Amino acid sequence: MSAVQEARWDEAYNFAYLDEQTKRMIRRALLKAIAVPGYQVPFGGREMPLAYGWGTGGIQVTASVIGPDDTLKVIDQGADDTTNAVSIRRFFSRVAGVKTTEATEEADIIQTRHRIPEAPLKEGQVLVYQVPQPEPLRSLEPRETETRKMHGYAEYGLMHVRLYEDIARYGNIATTYSYPVMVNGRYLMSPSPIPKFDNPKMQDNPAIQLFGAGREKRIYAIPPYTSVKSLDFDDHPFEPQTWDESCALCGADNSYLDEVVLDDKGGKMFVCSDTHFCEDRRAQGHRGELGADPAALAFARTAEHEGEEQ
Amino acid sequence: MYVAVKGGERAILNSHELIAETRRGDTSVPEVSTRQISEQLGLAVDRVMAEGSIYDRDLAALAIKQAQGDLVEAIFLLRAYRTTLPRLAVSEPIDTADMLVRRRVSAAYKDIPGGQVLGPTYDYTHRLLDFALAAEEGVGEPEAPVGEAPLDAGMPHVADILDYEGLIEPEVPDEDAGEPFDLTREPMSFPADRDQRLQNLARGDEGFVLALGYSTQRGFGGTHPFAGEIRMGEVSVEIVPEELGFAIDIGDVVVSECHMINQFEGSAERPPQFTRGYGLSFGHNERKVMAMALVDRALRAREFGESAVYPAQDEEFVLYHADNVEAAGFVSHLKLPHYVDFQAELGLIRKLRREFEERQQKDAAE
Repeated sequence: MSAVQEARWDEAYNFAYLDEQTKRMIRRALLKAIAVPGYQVPFGGREMPLAYGWGTGGIQVTASVIGPDDTLKVIDQGADDTTNAVSIRRFFSRVAGVKTTEATEEADIIQTRHRIPEAPLKEGQVLVYQVPQPEPLRSLEPRETETRKMHGYAEYGLMHVRLYEDIARYGNIATTYSYPVMVNGRYLMSPSPIPKFDNPKMQDNPAIQLFGAGREKRIYAIPPYTSVKSLDFDDHPFEPQTWDESCALCGADNSYLDEVVLDDKGGKMFVCSDTHFCEDRRAQGHRGELGADPAALAFARTAEHEGEEQ
Repeated sequence: MYVAVKGGERAILNSHELIAETRRGDTSVPEVSTRQISEQLGLAVDRVMAEGSIYDRDLAALAIKQAQGDLVEAIFLLRAYRTTLPRLAVSEPIDTADMLVRRRVSAAYKDIPGGQVLGPTYDYTHRLLDFALAAEEGVGEPEAPVGEAPLDAGMPHVADILDYEGLIEPEVPDEDAGEPFDLTREPMSFPADRDQRLQNLARGDEGFVLALGYSTQRGFGGTHPFAGEIRMGEVSVEIVPEELGFAIDIGDVVVSECHMINQFEGSAERPPQFTRGYGLSFGHNERKVMAMALVDRALRAREFGESAVYPAQDEEFVLYHADNVEAAGFVSHLKLPHYVDFQAELGLIRKLRREFEERQQKDAAE
């Protein structure tokens, strides 16, 4: 063992790309965000070498909290092998030299876009969400000066009216993702575009949930074990999505399912969006109805094979 | 089989190889050097420096080469690089009245102290394709004649001439304003002051700012502008190091500057007078600074008690959408997979259609 530890990352850059002053600025914003759950803290977001809208907020948050000994998992649409998840994982391998994993339970930090992993998170884990639009009221009020006032006065009637209008028109609330939540009974918050299926997982979660919106330059957070309620009405309680089908590969009937088109004649199968969850179940011997189908297996193999190339 | 967005690692690496090959093009054609780009595509370099917010011709030329001439992509490359640079010092304000002028024109006066200096401009070229430029042997070494006498050393700003008569709003430094807003270190905040607005416009997308400026001319927020003055040339940049306590010159930058003079009818508190719109940019970016000056004036609506009803007067609309790195990123992110959310919408629309059909059947039965 040499006294000087060799850098494992690309030394043309500071550890995790950002300079230490920038990290300090972001950490301050994170601390404030954790102290005021659900409140959007403005921060001096920087231009990152990935495009805005492609996870720059999440990347800046991850870069500010990650240490050389941490293990990182990155998912997009629940999958470890989607192109942008691969790209972000490669970025941190290069600029931080950290260990990466696909196993939810092994990760210290999980950066995600559009999903919360199916496996329950535990204390000490950090879930970093990539957020395109941090303002839950933006679709109702385009002006930041107005929405900040609405949050200041906790004046959220407009959102309730919108949900009510859905019920009046469609008979139920027609929001399927980015379903607004009340955090700690005070701030209305966008859960980022996760499907409403995932909303209940935010409630009293033992992990720290951090949200980074790079383009809009906002950070917000949910500390562990915090109340996160999806908006609803007494006579129209919140309902997450359900499927009649179960996963064609692993047979799970309690996970979020993606529809995979098999041919141009309406053939399709449903598979877990969380690839690691699905692989884990198959490794334990669970099989879905297409678990032995060559086309379905080819799909699963592609995913696994690519995962091994890490 | 739907694997387009799954299994990305190898595909990403291959696409890197392919873009490198495509960028190089036909290898029987000599490779373009960044020096050549810097010297012969100078206006592209100027735009990339201005919107990329780094004054470095070599880096901008490299970015243009790497981006295959896609200037918005090149601007993005410079901005991402900018994040890694430490801030060593903050310069003193540059003095454009002290500019080594290469070009300076006023549309408000026929003659001005220091004279009209046409300089290098395409304005009075006829836009006819010059096939001589396409000749194999090149254009040789074109040389412009040298003037009979050097330009006047003193080139006062045209706006200052009006200022003596009190016809234009005075422009005095606000002693209480404190440090200027720094858009590169702080997020935008609203209502925005002029420092924040000008910084945003200076690095805003040229096309967007141009279209907004144009809209004010066509009646979506008329401010009746005159091009008081447009100038371009070198100014020196000075810093005051703490240990010295006096200013030292650290180099020169080329900037373009535009003062627009706009009508203002006056109000109960203020007499009728001309008002100002201002544009400044790195490099030779005349179209940009003129458009910027128009939009700057339009965005001052609140200050003059004008009702802000047009897009160019709406600061949240203008400032939030001017940055092409943000805009290009967010538009392009639609290429990323959205199948989780799309699945949620699929489920909903199937449910809504089912309910619709049931209602119809029920109605038909009745």
